[in-house]
Amino acid sequence: MSNENPSDLKYTKTHEWVRDNGDGTITMGITEHAQDLLGDVVFVELPEVESSLSAEENCGVIESVKAASDMYAPLDGEVTEVNEELDGEPELINTAPFGEGWIFSMKLKSMSDLEDLMDADAYEVFCQE
Amino acid sequence: MSEESQNQTPQRTPLYAKHLESNGKIVDFAGWEMPINYGSQVREHTQVREDAGMFDVSHMVVLDFTGKDVKRFLQTLLANDVAKLKNPGKALYSGMLNNDGGVIDDLIVYYLADDFYRMVVNAATRENDLKWITAQADGFDLEIKERDDFAMIAVQGPNAREKTHSILKEKNVGPVSSLEPFYGIQINNIFFARTGYTGEDGYEIMIPNEDVALFWDQLLESGVKPIGLGARDTLRLEAGMNLYGTDMDETISPLAAGMAWTIAWDPADRDFIGRTALESEKANGSKYKLVGLVLEDKGILRGHQKVITDFGDGEITSGSFSPTLGLSIALARIPVKAKDHCHVEIRGKHLSAKIVKPQFVRNGKSVL
Repeated sequence: MSNENPSDLKYTKTHEWVRDNGDGTITMGITEHAQDLLGDVVFVELPEVESSLSAEENCGVIESVKAASDMYAPLDGEVTEVNEELDGEPELINTAPFGEGWIFSMKLKSMSDLEDLMDADAYEVFCQE
Repeated sequence: MSEESQNQTPQRTPLYAKHLESNGKIVDFAGWEMPINYGSQVREHTQVREDAGMFDVSHMVVLDFTGKDVKRFLQTLLANDVAKLKNPGKALYSGMLNNDGGVIDDLIVYYLADDFYRMVVNAATRENDLKWITAQADGFDLEIKERDDFAMIAVQGPNAREKTHSILKEKNVGPVSSLEPFYGIQINNIFFARTGYTGEDGYEIMIPNEDVALFWDQLLESGVKPIGLGARDTLRLEAGMNLYGTDMDETISPLAAGMAWTIAWDPADRDFIGRTALESEKANGSKYKLVGLVLEDKGILRGHQKVITDFGDGEITSGSFSPTLGLSIALARIPVKAKDHCHVEIRGKHLSAKIVKPQFVRNGKSVL
């Protein structure tokens, strides 16, 4: 199992990563560990742009060949952009989970909420538990 | 996969170490530690459709029936009729039914001699099958032997036979390569059958436990790749083949499970177990049928999703993404009158699906 979780990202207990874009928005996706557990991703149901989400709210679904897994909002905020590429190439989540396989961006209600998430070291420990 | 799993220490096949060598991701399947995939289920699926792959199916149960009453017994035990098997080695697919006409298991039986038949049943139903068979065999002059000394490898795909031939002793290539579809042959201590569960050509090979690892390695060297249970499931689904415990069980009759073709009604006086119940179902008309579904909207069909038709509701029995077709397909049990079109409820939304014959892919090609 890979534990090369980028140190500039924050992580949730539901295996999403969060990148602070520095402009009041964040981008999220699922981690390498999560994609490895899911297997080949074949369909992603994305949240709607402009929808308001609460932290830990079920906001979409990632379907692999194996099973459907719920996706959760990492923090409170409003969806600003979704990765339309995933429509045609859902496998980007497997091949580049921290890059081209990003899922959506949101404007956070409060940027300080980011502090509630785990850093890369804490996430690594969490995965091994 | 089966939802049943036995409450005991997990068992390992003689190929367990081989699975680890090939980075198999191990899961519990009916009490067995089996590889679900070796990295990518989709890649393994495609490998079987386009070239050749092999599955460890040693967890399946091989039963040898010998004795003078064997034929008469199997004619009672099975809904299909072993009397159809006239040439040695010929195989027959059948349901084994209970008195209510429900499917206890689906199986393959090979005719090897008038007093010798070989049967392969599912791993998940092992104990239940053995109990049932033993109980029915009371009063028949026969012997039933579990062949746990056999491991089993399924080699499947357009190049599977050729690659298998390449590792055989020269004198065995002739008899194996001339096997017709759905025939098997015992050569020394190995049994070769031209059967499978993928919709591709190939063999299922029973081989003594102590020899199987070497055979596996030789197949690997000849370019046959290991394939996990995950791809086995999507391959059989595309081929429209039922999975026991998912597409049918003891509460479902073969008429409602797409298995009508496996019921031998003639001769009318062959009194197989479940016949009376099936005849009454046939006379009254079955309420449900098993069909194929192709999802037209975006999403993935899964087992237990509700199917909505103009004639009432049904249910998906198994569904997944079809790697060969690039869309989602399913087997579903729906009201017998429904046709052409239906909706499937997925997370509160009603998605549009086409009703088709339960077969999607054969020999690498779409049959839609």
